[in-house]
Amino acid sequence: MTWYDSFLQQLVDGLVLGSFYALVALGYTMVFGVIKLLNFAHGDLYMTGAFAGFGGLSLISGFVGTGWLGIFIAMLLAMLAVGCLGVVIERVAYHPMLGAPRLSILITALAVSLVLQNAALAMTGGQYTAFRTDLGFDGFNLGNLYLSYNQIVLVATAAILMIALELFVSKTLYGRAMRAVSIDKDMCRMMGINVSAVIAVTFFIGSGLAAAAGTMAGAYYGSIWYFMGFLIGLKAFTAAVIGGIGSITGAMLGGLILGLLESFGTHIPFIGSEWKDVFTFSILILVLVFKPTGLLGKSEVERM
Amino acid sequence: MAKSEPKPTPVSHVDEPELHKHDSHETDVHEPGPRNLFQRLYAAFESPGRRRALHVAILAILIVTPWISSQYTTVILTNALLYVVLCLGLNIVVGYAGLLDLGYAAFFAVGAYTVSILTQQFGVNFWAAIPFSLMAAALAGVIIGGPTLRLRSDYLAIVTLGFGEIVRFTARNLEITGGASGLSHIPEPSLFGWHIDSSIDFYYVFVVLAVLAYIASQRLFDSRLGRAWLYVRHDEDAAEAMGINRVATKLTAYVIGAIFGAIGGIFFSVNLGAISPESFSFQQSVLILLAVVLGGMGKIPGVILGAFIVVLGPELLRDFGTLRLLIFAVLLLLIMLFRPSGIWPEKRS
Amino acid sequence: MLLQLKQVSLSFAGNTVLHDVNFGVDAGRIHSLIGPNGAGKTSMFNVITGFYRPQQGDITLDGERIVKRKPHAVTRLGIARTFQNVRLFREMSVLENVMAGQHCRTRAGALAAILRLPSQRAEERRILETSLECLDFVDLLGHQDRLATNLAYGHQRRVEIARALATEPKLLLLDEPAAGLNSHEKQALIELIRRIRDERGVAVLLIEHDMSLVMNVSERISVLDHGSLITEGDPQTVQNDPKVIEAYLGQDDEELAL
Repeated sequence: MTWYDSFLQQLVDGLVLGSFYALVALGYTMVFGVIKLLNFAHGDLYMTGAFAGFGGLSLISGFVGTGWLGIFIAMLLAMLAVGCLGVVIERVAYHPMLGAPRLSILITALAVSLVLQNAALAMTGGQYTAFRTDLGFDGFNLGNLYLSYNQIVLVATAAILMIALELFVSKTLYGRAMRAVSIDKDMCRMMGINVSAVIAVTFFIGSGLAAAAGTMAGAYYGSIWYFMGFLIGLKAFTAAVIGGIGSITGAMLGGLILGLLESFGTHIPFIGSEWKDVFTFSILILVLVFKPTGLLGKSEVERM
Repeated sequence: MAKSEPKPTPVSHVDEPELHKHDSHETDVHEPGPRNLFQRLYAAFESPGRRRALHVAILAILIVTPWISSQYTTVILTNALLYVVLCLGLNIVVGYAGLLDLGYAAFFAVGAYTVSILTQQFGVNFWAAIPFSLMAAALAGVIIGGPTLRLRSDYLAIVTLGFGEIVRFTARNLEITGGASGLSHIPEPSLFGWHIDSSIDFYYVFVVLAVLAYIASQRLFDSRLGRAWLYVRHDEDAAEAMGINRVATKLTAYVIGAIFGAIGGIFFSVNLGAISPESFSFQQSVLILLAVVLGGMGKIPGVILGAFIVVLGPELLRDFGTLRLLIFAVLLLLIMLFRPSGIWPEKRS
Repeated sequence: MLLQLKQVSLSFAGNTVLHDVNFGVDAGRIHSLIGPNGAGKTSMFNVITGFYRPQQGDITLDGERIVKRKPHAVTRLGIARTFQNVRLFREMSVLENVMAGQHCRTRAGALAAILRLPSQRAEERRILETSLECLDFVDLLGHQDRLATNLAYGHQRRVEIARALATEPKLLLLDEPAAGLNSHEKQALIELIRRIRDERGVAVLLIEHDMSLVMNVSERISVLDHGSLITEGDPQTVQNDPKVIEAYLGQDDEELAL
């Protein structure tokens, strides 16, 4: 393989990875936008989504098989189920805590994350679950580069979801309300906006996107387990921070950048793939320290 | 401009404090509400004399226990005492200074690895290696805390989480740390001819450590520095206006917490004789945090109780298998929702 | 001149808050800063105490530059303040609140505390004594063990003053100390401000809207309007200055009832 082929290969890998990161990062950034909460449980919603997709597929595979259609329907089911789960979590755990000190809310979010993780652990016994599909690895050659249909469909689906979200936020009433709530909740209440409903919709969409990513990841990589949400949760948060937390476009951009950085970064001599995660977290810390507003985030008025 | 005429102090000022003394509302000092078991226990030991008696009694129980219980119990109790040290350390960071640290196990790891590498691979005497190990942990605390402690608290939580993972991955990738399998055959220490190797020996070592950690926590809490942590946690601006350097104050808490963690790590490694990256996972950090939250952040007896619960609880729940972690997680959630200040009652002021 | 501001300008996102302010407070003087709402009085306090960083200008205390210093460093150099809305450590005791002020005058560190060195114990005793003395000074001895949040509002204001005095300042900044006080308490406040200056030798700079209090207690008054200092002088002069009356015109407040 020439350097050019390997460059393309890493570009494709980076895009696939970046799509997952971006979809999960969106949930972080949306929730942070409306209630200023760092939802630690978000990565575990991705994991729950993978299991929900797996469960959905097992239910319907008898009728539609485990091909594209089956996975697509399973993904929608997972999005619906996990979206509702997200709303329930907000209602039960976060809503009563909104007036509490930030430390308490953060620990509550952490507790929710642990509940989801350990529920999955208890159900699976900590074993990997095979996510069997009929997708195979068909594809075509582009020069020396092999592109599978899976990769193309995956990146395309992620792109469609993100475009739909962007349209939703910028064109619909709810989307605009969402942006208004993120700026000034009290003002929105006075203007007659149902803030609780907007927060619920935000959690639904954010969790749904994480579930979509989870199902796709399960189908793409072929196995799922209870701890799969931890690392991607952290990395998606990194992506959201790179893009500027609170900014939806920023989350997409941050996800892609991080995917590409990881894909290319791990091929730098002497670094190697075993340092990939160290590399990512170092980026996170550097961004937070030197440019906490990220690429597209709004800066808060700085004091002192 | 001429100074205005100095007014003589009115006589009434002299006896006014007396007046206030009479109408001071003693009842306001105490938290109203139901007195639970712990509150009653606490009240029973309020006088210094009784508290001293309680201390002596607990110490006596700790000393006698290994002679009347099985080796299994001794090992579990040793682990609980290790957690007392770790939890008291994290309590300084989270409970006093209000900084959410999700990577506390990293300092535990730095302490353990430094001392293990120095003693096992460089043949340094265990006791001589301790200062290096503590310095390494303090340095790590400064490096990670220095630039990040001015961040918002949720960013800090994520940074510390990332730092914890960096340390674990680094330990797994480096040769000197033994890679994924870690280090084994870590030599046991001797002290003035006493070769510390049996489980009872280590039990007593940890009794001493836990007692020292308790005393240090208590004394810090009752000091100028301990108050400064509370001021900064309650109102950063007001604290700054009082001449308190908030970044330096937080950093001190962070570094002292790191040193407590390293002490735990040092003795953990020689006790087990082997360490691996998985001993210092995110779950480890969470478990320590759980204990601190469970007992009530900032409350020393509560935190000690929390440490015992997280160690002894799983032993008691052993029959539940993987469910026991779920039970713990649900417990943490319920505590945050219904009793956010922990099971130990607030007793300050 | 104890405190001196030279050509200080401050703006937020293009909005000028303070414009070319030259201002000074003499040692041992009771000085008031007045002006209509939004004139920039509290911003000026925040600039002096280091909470805001001015874009331009120089600030000195006793000849020492304090501009660009952090708030805690400014306090250590001798400027203490209270806040417009009382900012006590609500869930801590009154005594602990006042002890906060002593932090910058003491030095024992972690090791000294853990080892309970004799020097540390002596220092703790001194902190306690000074704090009690400050509480006594504001007539709140006997309340020290109550939670700050349980105190009556007027008492909370006095705790805040005691806390500021515990920093052993040369200059005390009071931001609307009379707000929310009844006439009886206002009278006591006037006494207290005078005693702070007379008995402790501390200069006082106060922002206040209650004009009768300002006229009663101040030896010098500066008037701020739209971020600029428009006049300065003794109460008599300021009261009769047409520029001051003009600045307050359009304000329907009874503040004008000079």
